[in-house]
Amino acid sequence: MKEQDLIWFRLPPPPVAVPSAPPAPARRTVTVEIDGAAVAVPQGATLLDACRAAGKDIPTLCYLETLTPVNACRVCVVEVEGARVLAPACSRTAESGMKVHTNSARVRTSRKVVLELLASSVDLSTAESLAPMLAEYGADPARFGADAATVAQPVKDDNDLYVRDYSKCVLCYKCVEACGTDAQHTFAIAVAGRGFHAHISTELDVPLPESACVYCGNCIAVCPTGALMAKPEFTLRQAGQWAPERQTVTDTICPYCGVGCTLTAHVQDERIVKVTSPLENGVTQGNLCVKGRFGFEYANVPDKARG
Amino acid sequence: MDLHVIGPDATADERAAVDALLGEPDSGWEGGARDAARDSRTSRGGRPAAVARRHLLLPAFHAVQDRVGWVSRGAMNYICQRLIVPPAEAWGVLTFYHLFATAPRARTVAHVCDDVACRALGGEALCRDLETALGPAGTPATNRDATWQRSPCLGQCDRAPAALVVRAGAPSTRAVVAPAASAAAVVAALPSTDAGVLGETLTELRDAVPQAGTDGIPLLARVGTVDPTSVEAYRAAGGFRALERAIVLGPAGVIAEVKAAKLQGRGGAAFPTGAKWEAVAGEAALPHYVVCNADESEPGTFKDRVLMTGDPFAIVEAMTICGIATRSERGFLYVRGEYPDAEARIAHAAAAARAAGWLGVDIAGSGHTFDLEVRRGAGAYICGEETALFNSLEGKRGEPRSKPPFPSQVGVFGKPTVVNNVETLANVLPILTSGAAAWAAAGTPQSTGTRLFCLSGHVTRPGLYEWPFGLTLGEAIARAGGVAGGRALQAVLLGGAAGVFVGPESLDVRLTMEDTRAAGLTLGSGVIVVFDDTADLPDLLGRIAEFFEHESCGQCVPCRVGTVRQRELLAQLRTGDAHARGDRLAVLTELGQAMRDASICGLGQTASSAVESAIARLHLFRAGSVS
Ligand SMILES: Cc1cc2nc3c(=O)[nH]c(=O)nc-3n(C[C@H](O)[C@H](O)[C@H](O)COP(=O)(O)O)c2cc1C
Ligand code: SF4
Ligand code: SF4
Ligand code: SF4
Ligand code: FES
Ligand code: FES
Repeated sequence: MKEQDLIWFRLPPPPVAVPSAPPAPARRTVTVEIDGAAVAVPQGATLLDACRAAGKDIPTLCYLETLTPVNACRVCVVEVEGARVLAPACSRTAESGMKVHTNSARVRTSRKVVLELLASSVDLSTAESLAPMLAEYGADPARFGADAATVAQPVKDDNDLYVRDYSKCVLCYKCVEACGTDAQHTFAIAVAGRGFHAHISTELDVPLPESACVYCGNCIAVCPTGALMAKPEFTLRQAGQWAPERQTVTDTICPYCGVGCTLTAHVQDERIVKVTSPLENGVTQGNLCVKGRFGFEYANVPDKARG
Repeated sequence: MDLHVIGPDATADERAAVDALLGEPDSGWEGGARDAARDSRTSRGGRPAAVARRHLLLPAFHAVQDRVGWVSRGAMNYICQRLIVPPAEAWGVLTFYHLFATAPRARTVAHVCDDVACRALGGEALCRDLETALGPAGTPATNRDATWQRSPCLGQCDRAPAALVVRAGAPSTRAVVAPAASAAAVVAALPSTDAGVLGETLTELRDAVPQAGTDGIPLLARVGTVDPTSVEAYRAAGGFRALERAIVLGPAGVIAEVKAAKLQGRGGAAFPTGAKWEAVAGEAALPHYVVCNADESEPGTFKDRVLMTGDPFAIVEAMTICGIATRSERGFLYVRGEYPDAEARIAHAAAAARAAGWLGVDIAGSGHTFDLEVRRGAGAYICGEETALFNSLEGKRGEPRSKPPFPSQVGVFGKPTVVNNVETLANVLPILTSGAAAWAAAGTPQSTGTRLFCLSGHVTRPGLYEWPFGLTLGEAIARAGGVAGGRALQAVLLGGAAGVFVGPESLDVRLTMEDTRAAGLTLGSGVIVVFDDTADLPDLLGRIAEFFEHESCGQCVPCRVGTVRQRELLAQLRTGDAHARGDRLAVLTELGQAMRDASICGLGQTASSAVESAIARLHLFRAGSVS
C-alpha cells in the first residue's frame, strides 16, 4: 500500500501568499516629561505606562492590567505640574507636555499616609506586595494610636472551596470587577455600605452557597491581600505549614475541557496546593472555571490508593 | 446577564408599590406570573434591556420604602427581576443611601438634625428629650409605631432646630418640623402628619426671606410674594419672559449673554457657567442632558430649598433655557430626599408649565423640545458631587467618578451633560431679562451679580439674604441683626462644613470670589453660620469630622480611612495633655495634606478644611491652651 493511500484526508495546499493585515495607521504618540526625562508613549497611554517606559517604578495596589482601573487606593499618585491635586498614575491619561514628578515630597507624603491608613485599619499580614512599600515610604501605622478603628471581623468560612477574611480587605474593588464585567459576569459580589463601613458583600451578606457565586475563583486570583484564599492554602497557613520556599510551579493544560486553559500548579511536598493561571496567558488572562481552579484533588490522591 | 434571584418573593403591598411605578410585568421573566405558552418560547432581558432600565432602581426603592417603610429582600428581589439588576449590586446600592432601611422598622421616623447650626440652637437638648420620650435613637417606641434618629443638616438651618418626619403608607407623608420647639412638637407631628401638603405657605416663605418684597433682589423677588403654585401668577409676575427672550436669541445668543454676564457657578466650585454651556452645546455626541443639582446637603445651606419652594417655576424656566442653549431635550432635577416640599413644588410646577405649553414638545410654538424629570436622592451628601450625582441617576452607588473626562464630554448615561446648581440656573433669568451688562453691574468686575447667603446660628435674624457680591462679612452679619442677644462673636463658619472657620479678625473680608480666595477662604455655597462666645468649638469640630466620616462614599483610602482618623485625632486632642497635643497636631496636619492631595473628589479634598482653619485661625488645641 502506498503511503498516500493511508491518508484518508487531504492536507490543504500550502497558502500561496499569506494575507497580511492592512498597514496600521501610524500610531500617534504624546511626549511627557517624567522626573525631567522626556518619554514618548502612544496616545491614550496612562501616566503609569509613561512612568514604566521611563524606567520609574510606581507602586500600585488596585491596578491590574486585566481590569478596568478604579483608581481607588491612591498609592500610585504622582505630581503633575500645575495641577491642584495629585493624579492617579494608573488611570490618568498622559497628555502632551505634562511634567510629572514621581517621587516629590508631596507624592511621598501622600503615599506614606495612604499606606499608614491601610496598615492601621487592615490586617496586611498576607499582603505580600505591601510590606516593601511600607518600608520604602517609612510608614508608621502605629502613630494613629492603639485605639484606631479597624475593619477586623470574623473570617467567612462558609463553603468547601475558598475562605473570605475581610479583615484583610483593602477594598481595592478587584474581586468585584473580576466577578462582574471584567471577567466572570456573575455579579455575585458588590461593594455594599458606605464610607468606612463599605465592604464586599453578597446580597444581604448571605453565605456564598446561597449566593449567585459559581466558584470560578477569579476573585481569588486578583485579590492582592490574601483576603480571598483557596481552602488548601488557608488550611496549610492555619497549621503553620504553608511554605512557599518549598513550592515549585509547573504550567500545564487543564484536563477538563477543550478550551485548553493554561494552569499553573503550585506544588508543595508533592501535593498540588494551589492552581492559578498566568495573567499574561492569551486564553485565560488569569481566569479559570471552578474545575480548573479547584478540581485538582484527584491528582493529590496517591497512586496506590487509586489502584 | 444570568440573573440569579434567590429567596423570598415580594409581598402584595411591595409588588403593588413597584408596579405603580413600573407598570405590570410583561412576562414571567420580569417577575410576573409564569405563563408557559408565552414565556417559554422567548427570552427577555439581556444587557441592552438591563442598561436601559437600571436608572429606575432608586425610584423603585423609594416606591417600596414609601409604602412599607423599609425594603425587604423579597421587595429587592422583585425589583431586581423587573429591572434586570443582579441582587448583589442592588444590595450595594440600597445600603449606600442612608434614607433606605434594610430591616423592618417603625412606620413613622423622625429624622432629627444635630448638625452645626441646630447644635448651636438646642439640637442636642432636643435629641436628649426625644430619648426620654421615644427611647434611644433607632428603637421603636413601645406605645406607638414611631422612632427617631439623628440626621446631618436638613437644610432648615434658618429654623433650627429641625426635624423631618416621614411616615410610610399609601400615600406616604413627609413633613418638616422646624423649629422643633420641643420633643413634644416632634412627637405630635408623628401620627398627625398630613398628606398632600404642597409645601411652605407664603407666610412661611416670607419668614425665610427677611428681604421679601423689597427691591434689588432679582433672585428672591417672587419668593414670599407670588403664589408658587400658580402658573398664571408666575406669568403675571414676569415669568417666562426670559424663556421668550431665549427663543428669540437662539442657543448661541443665550450662551453669549451668559458668558458676557460672567456668571459663575454657585454650587461651590465657581466655574464659569457660559463656558460650561458652550462646551456641551458644541459636543457632537447626542443626546445632551441638563442636570439641575438640587442635592443641597452642605451643612448650613438652605438657599436652593427656598428658591425651589418659593419660586419653582423659575427653576423650571431656567432649566428649559439651559436645554435650548445646550441642544438638550431632557433634563433631570436631582433633589435631596430630605426636601419633600421642594420636590413637590418643582414637580407641580413642571406639570403646570407643561400643561401651559412652556415645557415639553414645541415650547411656546418655538419648535424647541425640552422636558424634565424630578429625581429624589436618598440621604447621601456625596451625591451633590456632580459625577456621583450622575451615578445615582443611573441607579448606581453614588461614588464620584475620576475626572477627566469632564461632564461636558462624558456625563450622565455617558453623554455630554451640563450640570448646574439651582441658584446658578436661577441667575440666568435676570441675565436674560435685564441683559448681561445691566445684570453684571451688580457685584464686582470679577464676581458679577448677586449672591444668596444662608445666615444661621447665633444671629438675630437668620434667613436667606440676597446681596450683590462685595459686602464684608461684618456687614453681612450686621444686616442680619448682628450676633443674637448682643453677645460677642466667637467664630463664623464660612462656606459650610467643607469651608473654613474664621474669627472676628476676618469681619473685614469682602464676600467676593476673589477676596475670599486671596484670604485663603471660600464662599462655598454661601453659608454663614455665626457662633457666639458660648459655642463649644471643639464639639462643633467633632461634629464636622463625624459628618465627613458619615458621608464619605468609601471609595478611596485617604478619605475612607482618613475621615475616621481625623475624628479620632480630634478626640485625642480634646482629652490629651499639652505635650501630647503637639504630636497629635503634627499627625493631623500630615493627614490633612494627604487627604487634600490624594482623595478622588472634593469631599475628601475639603474634609480637613474646617478643622485645619479652626486650628490655624482660632488657635484651637494650641499646645498649652485649655480648649
Ligand atoms: C462633596 C461635594 C458635594 C457637593 N454638593 C453640591 C450640592 O449639594 N449642590 C451643588 O449645586 N453642588 C454641589 N457640589 C458641586 C458640584 O460638584 C458641581 O460643581 C456643581 O453642581 C456645578 O454647578 P455650578 O457650576 O452651577 O456651581 C458638590 C461638590 C462636592 C465635591
Ligand atoms: S468565585 Fe467567581 S463567581 Fe464566586 S464571587 Fe468569586 S469571581 Fe464571583
Ligand atoms: S477582597 Fe481582595 S480583591 Fe476584593 S476588594 Fe478586598 S482586597 Fe480587593
Ligand atoms: S474623596 Fe471620599 S467621597 Fe470622594 S471619592 Fe474618595 S472616598 Fe468617595
Ligand atoms: S493603583 Fe492607582 S489608585 Fe490604586
Ligand atoms: S438643619 Fe440643622 S444644621 Fe442645617
